[in-house]
Amino acid sequence: MKARAAGGRPSTAKLVVSLQRGDKRAAARLISLIEDDEPAARAALRAIYRHTGGAHVVGLTGPPGTGKSTLISRLLKEFRARGRKVGVIAVDPTSPFTGGAILGDRVRMAEASRDPNVFIRSMATRGYPGGLALATFDAVRVLEALGMDLVFVETVGAGQSEVEIAKRAHTTVVVEMPASGDAVQILKAGILEIGDVYVVNKADLEGADSMMTNLRLVVPSHGKGWKPPVLRTVASEGTGVKDLADKLEAHWRHLNESGERVARERARAETELRGALAEVALRRLAAKPASERRLRAATERVANRTVDVRTAAEELLGNRRRG
Amino acid sequence: MPKKIRVLMAKPGLDGHDRGVKVIARALRDAGIEVIYTGLRQSPEDIAAAAIEEDVDAIGLSCLSGAHMTLFPRVVQVLRKKKAGDIVVAGGGIIPPEDVPKLKKAGLKEVFGPGTSLQEIVDFFQKSAGRPR
Repeated sequence: MKARAAGGRPSTAKLVVSLQRGDKRAAARLISLIEDDEPAARAALRAIYRHTGGAHVVGLTGPPGTGKSTLISRLLKEFRARGRKVGVIAVDPTSPFTGGAILGDRVRMAEASRDPNVFIRSMATRGYPGGLALATFDAVRVLEALGMDLVFVETVGAGQSEVEIAKRAHTTVVVEMPASGDAVQILKAGILEIGDVYVVNKADLEGADSMMTNLRLVVPSHGKGWKPPVLRTVASEGTGVKDLADKLEAHWRHLNESGERVARERARAETELRGALAEVALRRLAAKPASERRLRAATERVANRTVDVRTAAEELLGNRRRG
Repeated sequence: MPKKIRVLMAKPGLDGHDRGVKVIARALRDAGIEVIYTGLRQSPEDIAAAAIEEDVDAIGLSCLSGAHMTLFPRVVQVLRKKKAGDIVVAGGGIIPPEDVPKLKKAGLKEVFGPGTSLQEIVDFFQKSAGRPR
């Protein structure tokens, strides 16, 4: 209805043009429109989707207080020194009672945020589960269109089962700290299975050695040819950050050279498409389920960027003609 | 989804007293507002840049050191220079009543001195955030 009428509105087109010229205000405005689920946002995402997919998307997750924001602030500096343009989406929780939120991740990133080639955006979960916001990865697309080479996504302080990040980022970093659980905690399933890189931050504190040992025992090996490293950092002092940055680059190289990136793109497309399908279907109260075969075909088209997720979902529900 | 109000709470300058700004941030949160807090010792340029990236409706500045006459108007100037003069700016702190008209003339929408109730501040941000987007 309204969504389609907005497609040709000049304001959307103008936003997209400004965005691709590197205008931060356009990017920021577009992210708000996405968060508020404005029809103009959908039109803009449709327009930019083909031009996205170039950035290395790195998710950082782990319990609250392990130093994710401080690590990102150090990584921002390190990757800026390596000539990359870097974006950050930092997610903090929305109050389930009032709908309000305190978004405080910028506090640790004050120095890095002065760099004109850095874009940091705080985001509230707005009731979305899994340690992310519904708008998080659409906002990543916006930062890609803005020209970022690398985008960090910081989840809310996550406990054990917030694993969605691993399905949607290229590289997932699990950040732990000393004495945050005994060997049995670490044996449990969930967040400790999803890392491509594991970090024991605050490694100057007592218990770092046993945390390292316990993690090394349980770290799984997902793909072929990549054994997730377990690293020590002291983010507040910058110790170990260069090594972490090297490992992130090495993982990105590995994904590209092994063909794993294509597989992950497909997994991401499927996760996002299934999510969007559920959402669109729910919203339109369309009870007609799409068949598995059509879903798989559409997943392919989203993965190779022939069509964006939302449009594919709507096609599957029969609300939009292919074309 | 209804449009959410986003407010940046910032401490410009060298004053390190942040209890007040945190109390206000909490009150705004409890009123359903998304509050971005950027921490201590921010320059007006830092604050304006953060406000743009965060696409906030309004900025609340807190200053207890007496430097408000320099710092508050500077935030407004930088925003205007960056074509973001539509972002509402309010200030609060230990502000003598005679400074209030000067600050408003410099572009602050509202100034809150000692004794202001939290409800007044919440009401202000809820009303002022209704700008067209």
